[in-house]
Amino acid sequence: MKFQMDDVTVYFPYDHIYPEQYAYMLELKRALDARGHCLLEMPTGTGKTIALLSLITSYSLSKPYNPVKLIYCTRTVHEMEKTLAELKLLHKYQVQHLGKQAEILAIGLSSRKNLCVNPNVLAAENRDSVDAACRKLTASWVRAAAIGNPNVPSCEFFEQFERAGQGIVLPSGVYTLQDLRAFGKAEGWCPYFLARRMVEAANVVVYSYQYLLDPKVAGIISKELQKESVVVFDEAHNIDNVCIEALSVSVRRQTLEGARRNLSKMQQDIESNGRFKATDAGRLRQEYNRLVEGLAQGGNLPITDAWLQNPALPDDILKEAVPGNIRKADHFLHVLRRLVQYLEGRLETENVEKELPVGFVNSINTQAGIDQKTLKFCYDRLHSLMMTLEITDTDEFLHIQTICDFATLVGTYARGFSIIIEPFDERMPHIPDPVLQLSCHDASLAIKPVFDRFQSVVITSGTLSPIDLYPRLLNFNPVVSRSFTMSLTRECICPMVLTRGSDQLPVSTKFDMRSDLGVVRNYGRLLLEMVSVVPDGVVCFFVSYSYMDGIVNSWNESGILKEIMQHKLVFIETQDVVETTLALDNYRKACDCGRGAVFFSVARGKVAEGIDFDRHYGRLVIMYGVPFQYTLSKILLARLEYLRETFQIKEGDFLTFDALRQAAQCVGRVIRSKADYGMMIFADKRYSRHDKRSKLPGWILSHLRDAHLNLSTDMALHIAREFLRKMAQPYDRTGGSSGRKTLLSQDDLERMGQGITHEMLF
Amino acid sequence: MSTPQVIKRAKYKTSIKDPGTPGLLTMMENRFVFRPNDPTSPSKLDVGFHQIKGQKNTKEGSNKPPWLNISNNKDGSYIFEFESYPDLHACREIIANALEAAKGSSAATISSTAKASSSTNEQYSTAELELRMKLMQEDSELQKLHKQFVGSGVLTESEFWATRKKLLDGDSRKKSKQRVGFKSSMILDIKPMTDGRMNKVTFNLTDEIKYQIFALKPAVHQAYIDLVPSKMTEKDFWNKYFRAEYLHSTKNVVAAAAEAAEDEELAIFLKEDEILAREARQKIQRVDPTLDMEADQGDDYIHLPDHGIFRDGTKDITELQNDQYRRTLSQDLNRQGAVVLQGRNLDVDPEDPRTIAEALMRSRQEPSDSAVQERLDRLTRMTEIDDLRESHDHPVAPLCIKDPRDYFDTQQANALRTLDDSRTGTEQTKRKLTTEEAYGALKESISKIKSIGLSNSTVKPEVALTVFNGLTQNISSTKYQLGKNPRESILDGLPNRTKEELLHHWMSIQELLRHFWSSYPITTSSLYTKVGRLKDAMSQIYRQLEEIKEAVQSDFRHQVSLLVRPMHQALDAAFQHYEADLQKRAAKSGELPNGNG
Repeated sequence: MKFQMDDVTVYFPYDHIYPEQYAYMLELKRALDARGHCLLEMPTGTGKTIALLSLITSYSLSKPYNPVKLIYCTRTVHEMEKTLAELKLLHKYQVQHLGKQAEILAIGLSSRKNLCVNPNVLAAENRDSVDAACRKLTASWVRAAAIGNPNVPSCEFFEQFERAGQGIVLPSGVYTLQDLRAFGKAEGWCPYFLARRMVEAANVVVYSYQYLLDPKVAGIISKELQKESVVVFDEAHNIDNVCIEALSVSVRRQTLEGARRNLSKMQQDIESNGRFKATDAGRLRQEYNRLVEGLAQGGNLPITDAWLQNPALPDDILKEAVPGNIRKADHFLHVLRRLVQYLEGRLETENVEKELPVGFVNSINTQAGIDQKTLKFCYDRLHSLMMTLEITDTDEFLHIQTICDFATLVGTYARGFSIIIEPFDERMPHIPDPVLQLSCHDASLAIKPVFDRFQSVVITSGTLSPIDLYPRLLNFNPVVSRSFTMSLTRECICPMVLTRGSDQLPVSTKFDMRSDLGVVRNYGRLLLEMVSVVPDGVVCFFVSYSYMDGIVNSWNESGILKEIMQHKLVFIETQDVVETTLALDNYRKACDCGRGAVFFSVARGKVAEGIDFDRHYGRLVIMYGVPFQYTLSKILLARLEYLRETFQIKEGDFLTFDALRQAAQCVGRVIRSKADYGMMIFADKRYSRHDKRSKLPGWILSHLRDAHLNLSTDMALHIAREFLRKMAQPYDRTGGSSGRKTLLSQDDLERMGQGITHEMLF
Repeated sequence: MSTPQVIKRAKYKTSIKDPGTPGLLTMMENRFVFRPNDPTSPSKLDVGFHQIKGQKNTKEGSNKPPWLNISNNKDGSYIFEFESYPDLHACREIIANALEAAKGSSAATISSTAKASSSTNEQYSTAELELRMKLMQEDSELQKLHKQFVGSGVLTESEFWATRKKLLDGDSRKKSKQRVGFKSSMILDIKPMTDGRMNKVTFNLTDEIKYQIFALKPAVHQAYIDLVPSKMTEKDFWNKYFRAEYLHSTKNVVAAAAEAAEDEELAIFLKEDEILAREARQKIQRVDPTLDMEADQGDDYIHLPDHGIFRDGTKDITELQNDQYRRTLSQDLNRQGAVVLQGRNLDVDPEDPRTIAEALMRSRQEPSDSAVQERLDRLTRMTEIDDLRESHDHPVAPLCIKDPRDYFDTQQANALRTLDDSRTGTEQTKRKLTTEEAYGALKESISKIKSIGLSNSTVKPEVALTVFNGLTQNISSTKYQLGKNPRESILDGLPNRTKEELLHHWMSIQELLRHFWSSYPITTSSLYTKVGRLKDAMSQIYRQLEEIKEAVQSDFRHQVSLLVRPMHQALDAAFQHYEADLQKRAAKSGELPNGNG
């Protein structure tokens, strides 16, 4: 359908639209018109992604002289694939209706590992080395050597790509990673570098958060993006954590040992260079001269040579010459050695130590004789040296890079960070594993350049409650900040709070009750009863891997597991991603073929982060316990302290907010559309308390009836039976009988104008 | 449904002029019989309806006597003169029904398809008719249903088959027979048993279990092929295997590592399964990209060691020592899920390891391009939002239940259980009463009676009755739940005839309900009449169920009523809907007097 929204004709690839999608588009358009940032919370299962894509591409089409570019950030590669699949559908529709002028170029960008088609590189079994294997074939000096010497291997695909030169164009269309690979294979061009080059020209780019948020990566990949872009962060409820991670570094014993090895390797290289090869010695001299002139980077590097950028944010990098004491390679290595030695000394501690960057820098200065400015330039100087030494196996040199990243960050930032040294993990005090962590507490630091640089930034998710917290955490002023309800044709979600087990005793994962066998048994009985009445897929989320392992083992010993397995197959998320992916694949198969399955997962794990359990893949989600963070963690405590002092956010509030957004995220994955239905059980007595519950997103709360707030297993079972029976009946999709339309056709939209949108807002 | 049988006095005439032979005309379901009053008369008749082509009769009100002319397919005819028109109509109806039925089941009973198609207004190809015939021959229950409903005119031929389109598609029938797959909990079946008294662990080993172990653990299978019998006997092999299993079950990683270091064959069982690891690497290439979490790993730009927050309490910790000897329950469960889904895809003798090896190899082949394409297609289908677009016709695998009776039984058992649940729930509120307590109370009152003698004050008859009912109900239902053999069904305990009848009614109800619900919303008048017919047929069955319930012996009455209850419930729901719809229509037509509803 297509419809008019002020001056924009919106092309929407379906015959109907939900009213909330329409309202969502309207708010989004307002933000685009105002060239400002916005914050939109819309329930899962209301087609957020397609509404977003549809409006922004239509918006761009309506302004052919000044089209906006869409940069769509997802958290994971599989979400990227899903987005591109939706975009494909939309694009097909738009081209059908508008013809050639609707053609756009949309690409997904991922790592070499996901895009490489060179069989020799892929044959490197170890998955971390695809990047390094690629560099060994494509670095500029390797290629230069290969011209003279046919025995030096090079990458056929990259060479052809280079030969084709600037004339390379990707025909318009939507390219998933699979499509890019297929195209690259057919043309003989390297898909990875093709995609990298096309980032500038493409109308839509879909990639991972870090490609924009992490200064190390953004500096290489997202440098050239124009200001007239709309940046979308989808599923952005965890965006603060991504920002913080991007600026945090930790140093462990292994890191320091590795760094020492790296240093002696470089020392060897330099010495052998100076003694035997006049040309190489000349290179070092050249580098020195360049540094004197104040150019840390050797101008524009070839695309293949680019390596991680400065870990500090672009605005915070000093634009001046490298200090004299580290210009000479020997001197620089010496400084690094002293730094490593100092850090080794600090790791020897027996107690937990917490320090602020200023104090830490001071003590480095007094004890190792390295001043703040030198620290700050560590990254640039190392980068330059590695280029000069023509080091290709970059993954070997990660350790010294970590040290330099650490030094640069410590030297650059005085606020919003702290340094924490722990001799061992609190949970396993018998295993010494000292670690020195530089952890960032302020999420607004990393995202600030994005807000400053781009015209509109859209932060959206199914779970952004409380919505006023995010502008504070990220320190920005949204022009639009809205939370949408869900218009329901029928009560297709059924949240319940289960506080008591079948024996009427309270259940909880609270620390003191966690290992209580009665609770474990009650949780088991709950699942057993549920799998016998719920068809197809059931998903269970636990608060942590260790808790899940414990409870599954205990169910196994008591025979509950066997009984569960008589109803459904059981699959479990493990820490091994490959295994988990295969388990998920099999889980879906089991749901498809009607055998039915249960999936055990972890609330903060990878599955909870981005896998949908919609339709028959998830008719019931059980959230066992409240997924609080490990509150004794020193880093968490430091962050809480910072939040309290800087943003006046109370510790308890933040912890509850964080736990509840995880829980909401877990259960929210069951619904994909209004034709879909699913139940959610929050199995912990703490959920019945108002201060916890009220932090759930509005669309869940509005379906949580008072009668469902304090259930025991048998009552929940009864409700589940009733609910499933009701949902199995045919129903009127347009919701015509209830008075309020829940599905709009093109005619409805034209007739109603914009009157409908207001009732969708909270 | 009982067979409609009509007996009327009539005169049989060989021709119109013939004065006729008086006698008794008996109309049965599939034939009519004429017996002259004079037993010596030659004009005895016994004609099957399949020989009948059509019928004519004189009009009521015309001054001709009530004559019925039944013509057979040999151009002959039988003429009967009845005593009154009502008699004639009664017989005429039966013949009409019979003819209708013959049309439909022409397939089953009549060889001449030409005749059937000439008398129906819907044209079927011969092939289709043959297919229907064949289907009915294969499935006697289908035939029974067909006879009952199409024969009695509750459903028309096309309505009956419309719900079975999938059967008629033909392809689905050619599917090979079902094979019994693996049990979902097989992994737990191959676990050891401890006898509690001694420090001894017993493993039971059957061919089936061996086969399951091979399927679950390709490395063990490989080792078996390599080692048995060239290097060790089968017995030694399994001893070693179970030794390894035992070590796993003790979860003592250090001990496992130590033993593995000494014994290289034992190490095979203790180490990670390399064949599986290789398979996993292959499989991950073809996994659905929308759930491929592995793709997130190993992006050099994102996943740097020591970058990001290392120890903030959100991540879990594990000990990494001796990792290769650690095998978790989760891994095992995931593996068994995969094997169960793969199914038992070989038909070979599990005793011969060579053939199994080959078959397993074959079953682990790469998928074809079509499979990849299929996956991509599914991906696009999955991205669409269901209710915003027009519905697709998804390819549906026909539900194929090996023995519908099993399903029926389990449903009944569930119903029984929930019934018990709800009942115990309500009883608890009235008076806390367990079987023992009730029995105790009864015993007490009996002893009271003994001591006091019978008088009015010992026990109130109502109380006694409820106690008795509680007791019998609990006992009878627990017997079924706690029966030694779970497969022993409630039905098997019933007398054969009741069982047959119940099953038949169950099938009939299902058929009728399917038609009933599929005719809503009522849009045409033909649907309206159809619903009316269905409703009548259902109320008839309803009554018959009641009768069955009353007819059975008291021992079984409780169980039968439990069995009948869901059927009644389903029917009640249908009736309710019917009434509601009727009222709605009435209301509507009230609003719009000229509307036809």
